[in-house]
Amino acid sequence: MPKRADIRSVLVIGSGPIVIGQAAEFDYSGTQACRVLRAEGLRVILVNPNPATIMTDPEIADATYIEPATPEFVEKIIARERPDALLPTMGGQTGLNTAIALHETGVLKAYGVELIGADADAIRKGENRERFKAVVEAVREKIGHGESARSVICHSMDEVLAGVGRIGGYPVVVRPSFTMGGAGSGFAHDEAELRRIAEVALTLSPTSEVLLEESIMGWKEYELELMRDKNDNVVVVCSIENLDPMSVHTGDSITVAPAMTLTDREYQILRDIGIAVIREVGVDTGGCNIQFGVDPATGRVIVIEMNPRVSRSSALASKATGFPIAKIAARLAIGYTLDEIPNDITGETPASFEPTLDYVVVKAPRFAFEKFPDADRTLTTTMKSVGEAMAIGRNFPQALNKALRSLEKRDAPFAFDDAGGGPGDRDRLLEAARRPAEDRIAVVMRAIRAGAGREELFEATKIDPWFIDQLFLIKEIADELADAAELGPELLAHAKRHGISDAQIAAIRSVSEDDVRRTRHELGIRPVYKTVDTCAAEFAARTPYFYSSYDDESEVAPRTRPAVIILGSGPNRIGQGVEFDYSCVHASFALHDAGYETVMVNCNPETVSTDYDTSDRLYFEPLTLEDVLEVVHAEQQAGPVAGVVVQLGGQTPLGLAQALKDNGVPVVGTSPEAIHLAEDRGAFGGVLARTGLTATEHGTATSFTEAKAVADEVGYPVLVRPSYVLGGRGMEIVYDEERLSAYIAESTEIGPERPVLVDRFLDDAIEIDVDALYDGAEIYLGGVMEHIEEAGIHSGDSACVLPPLTLGGETGRLRASAEAIARDIGVRGLINIQFALAGDVLYVLEANPRASRTVPFVSKATAVPLAKAAARISLGATIAQLRSEGLLPPRGDGGTLPPDAPISVKEAVLPWSRFRDPSGRWTDTLLGPEMRSTGEVMGIDSIFGTAFAKSQAAAYGALPTKGRVFLSVANRDKRTVVFLARALADHGFSLLATAGTAEVLRRHGIEATVVRKHSEGPGPDGEPTVVRLIHEGRIDLIVNTPYGADGRVDGYEIRTAAVARGVPCLTTVQALAAAIQGIDALTGGEVEVRSLQEHSRRLTAAR
Amino acid sequence: MTATGAAPRPRVPAVLVLEDGRTFRGFAFGAVGETFGEAVFSTGMTGYQETLTDPSYHRQVVVMTAPHVGNTGMNDEDQESGRIWVSGYVVRDPSRVASSWRARRGLEEDLTAQGVVGIGGVDTRALTRHLRERGAMRVGIFSGTAIAGDAAMLARVRATPGMAGADLANEVSCARPYVVPAVGRRRFTVAALDLGMKSMTPRRMAERGIEVHVLPATATAEQVEALEPDGVFLSNGPGDPDTADLSVVRAALDRGTPVFGICFGHELLGRALGFRTYKLKYGHRGINQPVQDRATGKVEITAHNHGFAVDAPLDGTAVTPYGRAEVSHVCLNDDVVEGLVLLDRPAFSVQYHPEAAAGPHDARHLFDRFAALMEG
Ligand SMILES: Nc1ncnc2c1ncn2[C@@H]1O[C@H](COP(=O)(O)OP(=O)(O)O)[C@@H](O)[C@H]1O
Ligand SMILES: Nc1ncnc2c1ncn2[C@@H]1O[C@H](COP(=O)(O)OP(=O)(O)O)[C@@H](O)[C@H]1O
Ligand SMILES: [Mg+2]
Ligand SMILES: [Mg+2]
Repeated sequence: MPKRADIRSVLVIGSGPIVIGQAAEFDYSGTQACRVLRAEGLRVILVNPNPATIMTDPEIADATYIEPATPEFVEKIIARERPDALLPTMGGQTGLNTAIALHETGVLKAYGVELIGADADAIRKGENRERFKAVVEAVREKIGHGESARSVICHSMDEVLAGVGRIGGYPVVVRPSFTMGGAGSGFAHDEAELRRIAEVALTLSPTSEVLLEESIMGWKEYELELMRDKNDNVVVVCSIENLDPMSVHTGDSITVAPAMTLTDREYQILRDIGIAVIREVGVDTGGCNIQFGVDPATGRVIVIEMNPRVSRSSALASKATGFPIAKIAARLAIGYTLDEIPNDITGETPASFEPTLDYVVVKAPRFAFEKFPDADRTLTTTMKSVGEAMAIGRNFPQALNKALRSLEKRDAPFAFDDAGGGPGDRDRLLEAARRPAEDRIAVVMRAIRAGAGREELFEATKIDPWFIDQLFLIKEIADELADAAELGPELLAHAKRHGISDAQIAAIRSVSEDDVRRTRHELGIRPVYKTVDTCAAEFAARTPYFYSSYDDESEVAPRTRPAVIILGSGPNRIGQGVEFDYSCVHASFALHDAGYETVMVNCNPETVSTDYDTSDRLYFEPLTLEDVLEVVHAEQQAGPVAGVVVQLGGQTPLGLAQALKDNGVPVVGTSPEAIHLAEDRGAFGGVLARTGLTATEHGTATSFTEAKAVADEVGYPVLVRPSYVLGGRGMEIVYDEERLSAYIAESTEIGPERPVLVDRFLDDAIEIDVDALYDGAEIYLGGVMEHIEEAGIHSGDSACVLPPLTLGGETGRLRASAEAIARDIGVRGLINIQFALAGDVLYVLEANPRASRTVPFVSKATAVPLAKAAARISLGATIAQLRSEGLLPPRGDGGTLPPDAPISVKEAVLPWSRFRDPSGRWTDTLLGPEMRSTGEVMGIDSIFGTAFAKSQAAAYGALPTKGRVFLSVANRDKRTVVFLARALADHGFSLLATAGTAEVLRRHGIEATVVRKHSEGPGPDGEPTVVRLIHEGRIDLIVNTPYGADGRVDGYEIRTAAVARGVPCLTTVQALAAAIQGIDALTGGEVEVRSLQEHSRRLTAAR
Repeated sequence: MTATGAAPRPRVPAVLVLEDGRTFRGFAFGAVGETFGEAVFSTGMTGYQETLTDPSYHRQVVVMTAPHVGNTGMNDEDQESGRIWVSGYVVRDPSRVASSWRARRGLEEDLTAQGVVGIGGVDTRALTRHLRERGAMRVGIFSGTAIAGDAAMLARVRATPGMAGADLANEVSCARPYVVPAVGRRRFTVAALDLGMKSMTPRRMAERGIEVHVLPATATAEQVEALEPDGVFLSNGPGDPDTADLSVVRAALDRGTPVFGICFGHELLGRALGFRTYKLKYGHRGINQPVQDRATGKVEITAHNHGFAVDAPLDGTAVTPYGRAEVSHVCLNDDVVEGLVLLDRPAFSVQYHPEAAAGPHDARHLFDRFAALMEG
């Protein structure tokens, strides 16, 4: 019996901003779900404050609310839209938590909204660790398999300390309930460690509940992805084996699908347990993920946890198998059964089957520790990676090597040449391999090269001996490559079958990568492309979803329409995230509509771009020159190729542009030479000189002496950074010579070939971001964003507002400057320019000849699909043409928005709560020129204050409207803070301040209670320090702007306490000013919600 | 872990030749020499040990679609019979080590010891696609000194007999009857005709209080009757069902003794009811096949290994010499008949493997159904 007739509209909750543990995979899943539900004729209402997602595109849902996914806002949306049902399982932990809150407060009942997919009880059983243990116990009674690790639930520190004995002593695992990505969990080896971890865990758990658990470190770790329909049919979509054994979060582990080291007997036990668990939990219609630990010595199975929703793993499993879990889960939720849903890939067979793979999938995590130098780099139960790459190969070594090179980190692929000395000392390497870390697999490879044996490596790492042997195999091939007199066809083919890249071979043989490639091509050794088809070729596949392998037969079909190859952005990382995927997906849609066959190349399993539905063809391949050249070759064999788009995937494809062109590949849009003009600081200086625009005084240096000379000339403070970086990597504001010298000494990125750039630092300047389209003749200003924080805080970490609040008069100057730059560079498509307005001087900070991070935000704020337009311009369309087609508005642009256009605020979300140093202290939360945010949210409303308040609610939780504010600001901010403090007092906040700030306030007649600094310690009568007050939950808002060296420690303690307690903490006076406008708005009356479609209708009407 | 060590390169070359002339090159895996059989592919990602030792694969050269084979070695518990039955084995990436706490030996060790000729390094996906499009066909694997000119090897392949019309039950059946005692209290006695039975099957019955008297394929209806069984079980097995003797089945049906057939046994029941059997283009071999129970609508994920199938009308009731019959189960991938049930007598059968091994346990309850039938 198909679809339920009683559900006509569904509310879908998205997962909100990209944070560690909850990333782009929910865009992929949510987009699938919304599309399917709409295709089924339902009205889809979506709430998600993350603008950088495809799911929040106005075409994906009927009503898209870019509003906070908090219970308060979702209730407003429910009241307005009156949906029949709520699908909570697509929005990660956020979706579940909000749904449960709405259920518990009776909102759902009051409005007659039914939870579909998973009901409240199932969600609680799955997510509450105590109840889940009971589930596992019940399963064990039924089928005789599966157990939980011994554990105790604790609600206080005393219970925690008492609990250790009851589970058999240290080490123990501490895990807070109801948090995602393992936030706040960890291993405690002794009481001190336990106290520290448990304190945080108790705070982080919304229910102040933690689980203390017996450690099963070193066991094999597995995951199963299951689906169940209302007729109780259950299928296992995929098994995933973690190469890194238990103790490393699955999100941080190298994982492999399908499971490699289980016999059928053991696998079927996991399957039986999985099915029994999903039944017992009562996930009626949809998917879930179950994790297991398996004792490598006995096969004893412990069930770790289950997630009754789509997850990072379900996205991975979908990409790994071709079985679209979210899409099918959405259909099941509205009443279909598995056998009623066709398998898209074969077209003939139903979804009620279990995919079988004739290839191996490896996922590798991508970390960003370099951004958080103080953070503890040991991998543990708390997820720390910011992205991942997936690779498909016909064997494990091929998939692993592809995955490692997909990470785009210089040290990630195995190195076999001894340029940097030998592999190292065997014993030291073995010792290092004990500690799970980002580079552990490389350490293991080095240990193998240094002569370590299989058994000792297993003993040190507990990595399964089969995987260890595969690493030996790779090493043996590298040895053969090194020893062979010449690179013969048999050896070369053997190496390629095992995924060794041309670059690796080149390094081993001390020749150039081009040489290896030439030899390889001369010998006719090229990859073939196989299809991901869910069924190991048992049935013919209709979807061209390919991966490379060195085999006999290729499955790429010939075509007649011209193809455009779009290069994606690779694994998510700080500075290059889901925004770039958004642009690539848009390009694919637009170019498909324009009659091209679109071909996507990408290796990020979290994304919409790697959905087999997005483009006409999908190549799941690393974005290296070698891999891209081979895809281009394969497509050129298949039919005409109009060109390769490199502008939309961020720095990754941009970096390949010149080499692609050198290899005869047609690069469309802005030419590689033009890209160089913008990217190279010297060349860009020329552009500015020719166009008469102002750069900050600057110079380049390859040594301290040179740097000092530049700094002396332009004056301190200076901004220093290595050239050719993204996201402000390694960038620092340097106030004096001493620090300059230290910076040059510390920086490894600097050398004669890689100079350091020294700029005058613009104090107190307003930063402005502009996104524009240029077609060679005309400019279209996409949007002008005024940053809330001053220049010096990376544009990616700064909040901004569009249209600009205070820059109305500047639009003409900005447009003229942008046009001059675009023309001089020779842009065809998108360009992003950052300006700083200091006094009356408009400086150009930089220009990026590509889609920027802000493209999706601007597109949503102005209701114009900029990336689609850019893709079309790349292939020759003009702005005039796009205006007449209706892709761009008939007149005007983002610089001439109507006066009543909505105000959009973008706020960055930072991962502070994820990182602590090795001794357990949080890392500092100060913003600077190096980008560290993982994601962003958007607040949209007719007035700034409300839009800002919404952005805060979406990013960090609502701004307080009453209570206590603690203020402690730097001297330079003391004047400004007076007015702001008065506004707070007027709102009825009571003010607390450190002595200096309190004094300034008092002189202006504002009452503020003096509180003790952390460095002063508690007072004689036990007066608490501010840090204590924060920990006790007695502060509702913190304003702390950084000041000189002596204040740094205090500031650090305050800010990190804020992170630990989740208290909003503003670190600039500009942010405080914006927050006060937000508080005004919140207290001024009812805050309204409005869908993007409504906003854009109004905007279009006013244009 | 048993480390069999890395086989050195270059390995002994090997060639696989299909009867339509397509050839694949690789290296010898297991015994070196030559072998022939019917080329079939199996899509299971786990359970190679069970597959290799399943007598139904007698005279077949099995192509594994899963690229890595042998990772967990061979153990003493997962054998489905006393030996490896496949006549040849085709894989892409054989494992160099055996990693499992239960492993006793490496896979290649067993293949070599039992003289099974295999080939590794083959583009198994290309081969599978070929078999899918052209159908199962004869094949030869040649390695080492057995490699000859292409034409000569092809001629040798074409000279071997095909699977259609092959009567193989006697080659795989037990030589003498034996008894598998019931676990716990004995509730029933079953005569099980061993046409190539897997060892998990009697175990599944024994767990349900069934004492299983396993009889050779040559057992007569009288020999069966002499046991006064509560039920008659017809096992799986290799070969063409058209060649099989139906006297035991018919006798049981005539007497009204409960009958349960699996796979080849299902095909026999089908024939006894008067249905035709036919050879599928490339068979069902894997552990992920969706089978729907037509009475309840429920779908089970099941283990399959069959190249033949019963031709019975999917809808409605057929009238047979033993009363009305219905198709009880169907494969959702291709609508192949997967189960039969008699409405007027206690008999049913399935084309797939409820004993699993390898494969999911979704259909285990069919043994309970058999017990219930015997209960009356
Ligand atoms: N008892 C344990 N002993 C050792 N490691 C564990 C234990 N429980 C969990 N882990 C490790 O911690 C990781 C995170 O735990 P999990 O329960 O999956 O939390 P999350 O909800 O964050 O995914 C797991 O992937 C596993 O590697
Ligand atoms: N001369 C300068 N004075 C003040 N701030 C600057 C200056 N140059 C750059 N910045 C700040 O540093 C941030 C990063 O610099 P940018 O050149 O945009 O690097 P990226 O390529 O990483 O985006 C900018 O967003 C801006 O806030
Ligand atoms: Mg987990
Ligand atoms: Mg920038």
